[in-house]
Amino acid sequence: MGQRTPLFDLHLALGAKLVDFGGWDMPLHYGSQVEEHHQVRRDCGIFDVSHMNVIDISGSQAKAWLQHLLANDVGRLQSTGRALYSAMLNTDGGIIDDMIVYLTDSGYRLVVNAATGATDLAWMQAHLAGLDVQLHERPELAMLAIQGPHARQKIAELVTSARAALIQTLKPFEGQSEGDWFIARTGYTGEDGLEIILPAEQAPSFFNDMVGAGIPPIGLGARDTLRLEAGMNLYGQDIDRHVSPLVANMAWTIAWEPADRDFIGRAALEDERAAGIGSKLVGLVLEERGVLRARQVVRIAEVGEGEITSGSFSPTLSKSIALARVPMATADRAEVEIRGKWYPVRVVQPTFVRHGKALI
Amino acid sequence: MSNIPAELRFAESHEWARLESDGTITVGISDHAQEALGDVVFVELPEIGKVFAAADAAGVVESVKAASDIYSPVGGEVIAVNEALGDAPESLNDNPYEAWIFKVKPSNTAELDKLLDAAGYKAAIGE
Repeated sequence: MGQRTPLFDLHLALGAKLVDFGGWDMPLHYGSQVEEHHQVRRDCGIFDVSHMNVIDISGSQAKAWLQHLLANDVGRLQSTGRALYSAMLNTDGGIIDDMIVYLTDSGYRLVVNAATGATDLAWMQAHLAGLDVQLHERPELAMLAIQGPHARQKIAELVTSARAALIQTLKPFEGQSEGDWFIARTGYTGEDGLEIILPAEQAPSFFNDMVGAGIPPIGLGARDTLRLEAGMNLYGQDIDRHVSPLVANMAWTIAWEPADRDFIGRAALEDERAAGIGSKLVGLVLEERGVLRARQVVRIAEVGEGEITSGSFSPTLSKSIALARVPMATADRAEVEIRGKWYPVRVVQPTFVRHGKALI
Repeated sequence: MSNIPAELRFAESHEWARLESDGTITVGISDHAQEALGDVVFVELPEIGKVFAAADAAGVVESVKAASDIYSPVGGEVIAVNEALGDAPESLNDNPYEAWIFKVKPSNTAELDKLLDAAGYKAAIGE
């Protein structure tokens, strides 16, 4: 039996089909994964993401420590509530995890992946020696993502007036506390929406209120096709400790300036850049019928070979799409091997859908 | 509880088989199978004229989640395939016992008796 979130019994009552995800028993879908996907693109839905790890950082040296620990620069966060996306690298420049960092009144709040939580903490603690920095895990908190074009408006109608006011004024990629809730305008679907971190004991009744107001629950299946359409990486699939952000479409998350900021992995990334970056993460679109899947081989005429890292059926586009790591010289055409046969694919920028609209 | 029509025969690999009045056998996947697969988005049909032995892989059903082989429940020659699944693969979810996948001219109709009946299939899937 895996770990359970505070909403486990509600998922069962709502007919969830369960799946193991990073040691957690999580809802895969509640009937139809494709319908849940469309629900989020058209209206909104709720994801239980309480399996993700929240770590609060405080102490007088918290900023300097995170500036050493992360490839992006928390020095860019100018006011409470601002957030950034960053990789945490090993000395080889490989990605230990990817995360969102919020600047809070007492320091920083990190939201890291479920399966990597223990590794992350061990790495962080190993780099704490002698510093005035405190790490505070928050397993007593639950996390709900409400995503979709109508998410903010519908949630504002269900919460206190102070929280509704905050929801209406939050900027994209901003998260603020209101009482014992932390409300952020972030997500993993390519739609507008919220991520709300709240005490676990309040999560079931809030979840029930939302379901009662007609906002349906959405499983991890649709979460995966939504993030794939949005071109967002999944840790353990598109990125891992052997992959550098330079070949993961994450170059924008590396803060090279100031040049004297010595973050872990910087030297390796500089070497990689100087030697010439060999590959890139691109999007693939299959024009014929079929489904692209992770680990399928990609062949690019006169260039070489690559590999699909994530592939599925895109409900929004009604065709199969994938993320693939291919040689840098790859242009706009390639082929993918599916069950011994080669299929032509288009190579595109890896953002397929954003705010309900097809971009390819 | 899934729907298991009494007049059909079932393979342990979750295909159903129906003996037609002209002696051909129609093949599809069970309600239990479509439920386990989730939303079906693509069906790779066998080629007409191809000859399979019982339990040979004859096609592929792809759901959003994964690809699964379809095995021919009896041996024989493929005489028809359901081209309508090309535009409507989801009909395998909606009506698994109407959305047939292919028809075979069996090489030995007695192979049908080796398949599970409805009660046997019900037991096999633990219902």
